[in-house]
Amino acid sequence: MLLSGNEAIARGAYEAGVKVAASYPGTPATEILESLATYEGIHAQWSPNEKVALDVAFGAALGGVRALASMKHVGLNVAADSLFTIAYTGMTAGLVVVSADDPGMHSSQNEQDNRHYARAAKVPMLEPADSQEARDFVIEAFRISEEFDTPVLLRTTTRIAHGKSLVRPGKVAPAAPRHFERDTRKYVMIPGHARLRHVVVEERLERLRQFANRTPLNRIEMGDPALGIVAAGAAYQYAREARPTASFLKLGMSYPLPDELIREFASRVKRLFVIEELDPFLEEGIAALGIEVHGKPHAMRLGELDAASAAVALGDKPPRAEPITDLPARPPVLCPGCPHSGVFYVLRKLKAVVAGDIGCYTLSVLPPLEAMDTCVCMGAAIGHAAGLERAFDIAGDKRPVVGAIGDSTFVHAGIAPLIDLVYNKGCATVVILDNRTTAMTGRQDHPATGRTARGEQTHQLELEALCRACGVDDVAVVDPYDLNALETTLKRALAARRPSVVIARHECVLLTRGAPKAPAHVIEEACVGCGMCLGLGCPALGAVRRLRGSARGAKDRLKPVVTPELCASCGLCAQICRHEAIQWEPA
Amino acid sequence: MSATTTKAGPRPRAQARVDAASAPVNVMLVGVGGQGIILASEVLCHALMASGWQVKKSEVHGMAQRGGSVRTDVRFGREICAPLISVGGAHILVALEQLEALRYLHFLRPDGLVLMSTERIMPVTILTGPYPYPEDVPGRLGERGAQVIVVDAPALAAAAGNPRTAGVALMGALSCHLDVKTAAWRKAITALVPERFREVNVDAFRRGRRK
Repeated sequence: MLLSGNEAIARGAYEAGVKVAASYPGTPATEILESLATYEGIHAQWSPNEKVALDVAFGAALGGVRALASMKHVGLNVAADSLFTIAYTGMTAGLVVVSADDPGMHSSQNEQDNRHYARAAKVPMLEPADSQEARDFVIEAFRISEEFDTPVLLRTTTRIAHGKSLVRPGKVAPAAPRHFERDTRKYVMIPGHARLRHVVVEERLERLRQFANRTPLNRIEMGDPALGIVAAGAAYQYAREARPTASFLKLGMSYPLPDELIREFASRVKRLFVIEELDPFLEEGIAALGIEVHGKPHAMRLGELDAASAAVALGDKPPRAEPITDLPARPPVLCPGCPHSGVFYVLRKLKAVVAGDIGCYTLSVLPPLEAMDTCVCMGAAIGHAAGLERAFDIAGDKRPVVGAIGDSTFVHAGIAPLIDLVYNKGCATVVILDNRTTAMTGRQDHPATGRTARGEQTHQLELEALCRACGVDDVAVVDPYDLNALETTLKRALAARRPSVVIARHECVLLTRGAPKAPAHVIEEACVGCGMCLGLGCPALGAVRRLRGSARGAKDRLKPVVTPELCASCGLCAQICRHEAIQWEPA
Repeated sequence: MSATTTKAGPRPRAQARVDAASAPVNVMLVGVGGQGIILASEVLCHALMASGWQVKKSEVHGMAQRGGSVRTDVRFGREICAPLISVGGAHILVALEQLEALRYLHFLRPDGLVLMSTERIMPVTILTGPYPYPEDVPGRLGERGAQVIVVDAPALAAAAGNPRTAGVALMGALSCHLDVKTAAWRKAITALVPERFREVNVDAFRRGRRK
């Protein structure tokens, strides 16, 4: 089977007899849960956020069945509060936490190195180097989890998660549910109990260190003894390609470090190198053992490696081929017909300071929309808006402040800050960009869509009722395809000295692909080339001719041309045009 | 014009095949998010697998897919380590869009082949910035020593009956340069494409192979 690392993790979990899996979508981890949801006999669920997901998975493991929680690297920040203390309690049955890191930030706001979490939370960590290992290591992770009574961190990176390679699947091992025994000194972490459990954690780490030295997850591959390379995960593959004849210490279990194995390897090779992406995690661990080791230059802590850069870290000259530099960039853009486009078009027109959040709509920061001022992490928009508004009040700054947040992101981490806004008498406006899905990660359901991860109907969280319950009296729902209504609603909300929520609700165009379309088209005689419609940044208004000597006598003016195959017939450009030069009828 | 080379005129199909028996072969597919690059590369991987090769593929999901520049690396051979192709390592660069062929050209080996669609998609930066769309892309590729085959994939896809099959039409063109039997390609398309789109994709592939 050709499987992605994510699909292989799901396959391994299935074979290991996992019964409960929970996650929140996040690149590059999303497909683990999506894949698990296709297996019979596994309860696979989207949770509102990663902490809830980990708590549910922990509860299930406590209740006696094997459970898994998967998330992207920054998701583990959200779930970290749980992780650090379930490391103390342990469970009844196996629990595996998957963290998918994103070196190079292909679809992330930072490139934190989550290997530090294993050390900080004192839990063992496994790092697969291809899809086969992803499948194998999940199975072993559950065994380790139960043998040592600890959650196990399985850490991947984008190239493992989204890299595809061949996997030999195995049979499903029946894992009978275990019995949950009441044990308050183990599971109720009041200080008196937790002090005792910390002793257990430290003893367990020592036993795990001994295990790391003998497990076949870690292996020495002797080649030329002149060069020894320690590596794990994708970095191992790059290093092997860069130096096929070298000796390797391949780490499958990279925390706790197998100190004796490392000493043995170091004694058998002349020079010892570590090849790793991001932080010098292994390098510092090995150096702390008093072993002489060479890492990579400081600059290579940025981004991801490949075989060529691994070779550079090992002393080769950089490859000669230079990229062509004078090319127009092609950043990602909002889709044609994206309901977010109109919202940000209006927000920029109103000169609002916009605290943004995580989702497709973050792309509105790029030209031509350029309508976002902050984006940090999930749910931050509303708190940022509250703080900005407070500061503007003190500074006498009259600019209106908006917190813009997607529907899925709002449910993830936006509710508590909305309560905060009302409770502390703030008066910012919150715009919920409600496109009825988690769009950026590939259209996953969430509590406000009314469907589960398996597509079953369930209770639909009503956002307007929720906002009112938080204490917001001014809650308006508007269709962002109607620019006039949107502008009127936003103006009114921004002018009022009280907290308000504007729910801009229209289905994501990815959900309505294939519906009949009536593409807009430009009426040449009427177009003056003012370029207003291009301010929308619609990719379907992409082909541009320069008009010479237009109706108003300007020299060079931009003239839009609609690409009919791309046009989603949303009508936003026709509404923006002041010269009735774009003809459009709803499909 | 459906196929030309800038160096030596039209090439016979049997020439310039790559051999994966001794060392891994690297095929990089580049284009614009949403063009169907993931399906095209999936078809390629399944065809290679059906031919008995070890295969590794690497791609990115998420934000990059929203109309941005995208790249998928496919490597095959007896044993594959790295999931990524290094600079100067690609035997074949398959470009679903012209500008993207230029952007990733430095990944091509000096003796490499560029298989490029005639498709030109304007990035948003051309609307808002000072850049023009590059002129004469095949010429610029040739200047850097690349052997270039231009395929009118949009026309082939249109002739097959669905503009979204351009990527699979390019796989047809690519098939002339790989030792993979037609049956393996057909099997791959059958396995990956939903039934109602199967025939049109098989047709697009055939047209790309015939050129």
